[in-house]
Amino acid sequence: MSRRSEVLLWGAQRISAMVLALCVVVHLVTMIYAVRSGLSAAEILGRTQGSVAWFAFYTLFVAAVAVHAPIGLRTIIGEMCNWRGRGLDVLTGIIGLSLAMWGMRAVFAVFGGGA
Amino acid sequence: MENLKVRIWRGAEEGGFQEFEVPRQESQTVLDVVTYVQRKCDPTLAYRFACRVGVCGSCAMTVNGQSRWTCRTHVSKVAADNRLEIAPLRNLPVVKDLVTDMREFFDKWARARGRFTGSKTRKDEFERVSPESKERKRVDAGIECIGCGVCYSACDVVTWNKDYLGPAALNRAWTLVNDVRDTARAERLAAVAGDAGCHACHTHLNCTERCPKGLSPTAGIAGLKRAVLAATLSGEI
Ligand code: SF4
Ligand code: SF4
Ligand code: FES
Repeated sequence: MSRRSEVLLWGAQRISAMVLALCVVVHLVTMIYAVRSGLSAAEILGRTQGSVAWFAFYTLFVAAVAVHAPIGLRTIIGEMCNWRGRGLDVLTGIIGLSLAMWGMRAVFAVFGGGA
Repeated sequence: MENLKVRIWRGAEEGGFQEFEVPRQESQTVLDVVTYVQRKCDPTLAYRFACRVGVCGSCAMTVNGQSRWTCRTHVSKVAADNRLEIAPLRNLPVVKDLVTDMREFFDKWARARGRFTGSKTRKDEFERVSPESKERKRVDAGIECIGCGVCYSACDVVTWNKDYLGPAALNRAWTLVNDVRDTARAERLAAVAGDAGCHACHTHLNCTERCPKGLSPTAGIAGLKRAVLAATLSGEI
């Protein structure tokens, strides 16, 4: 990969890390709130479905994961298995896309549909 | 005082530890111990030193598992139970016994553009650099490197990525990036970018922890990462 791409990947990982830090906190607080106030699954879905704000938030979350995880994985595999280059770039690219796909599938399940 | 039990690496990449007994002395350094072994026990022991006072950077070894300058490491500080294990530096090919081949270490300084490039001649006026300026302070923080290789030996990223320039070369590049007289800033930033350069650093801080001169290559590398990203985004490199 070109020097420029390497540097941009590094930048993307830094920024996605910042986004993730924020998202994880919001996600945890929300989860703890939902559990402690004893909301049922149906009640939770009732609040999430159709909520544009939550949809946008979790889409951002998924995007940050899909950017952050494969870049990190690429570095880890490069260092631990001494495997670098095109093949690894493709593999981690696919992992990133899969994460985005599965993540968005979950987001649509929880926030899409309903009223 | 009880004798020291000293295990010293013998051989090259292949080899083993050999045991020696060395009389314990007041204010004894690890280099004193190695010198004693070479003079009194086995004259074929190979090791390097020059200044013996922490200036030249040639005496670094692995002492009880940690990279150190041996001429200024007191035995009392590292041999709690009167035992010393002395090996060559990590991450460098071993030539013989405690002597490593430092070529790749210094070649990487060259690759990181560790050489000053100026535009003035002896006929020009001196450049005035205020000691208070931000750049000059950054240079000051990294300039006292003695090229001992301790940080390079302590860095796991060097172990994992043979092409990684390493903390000392990058620290050197950082001092030049902040040298306002230097004219090769863009080439240097390009040379230290990417996954064999500053962006490979995991900020482990091993180098900073171990540097005998109290420098922080980690801080310089963090500065380089930001400077390279900015230069990439602005199209400077
Ligand atoms: S901070 Fe960076 S250069 Fe220093 S030891 Fe860690 S990875 Fe190596
Ligand atoms: S930065 Fe410190 S440990 Fe590394 S070569 Fe220079 S003086 Fe030695
Ligand atoms: S012998 Fe010169 S620094 Fe140790």
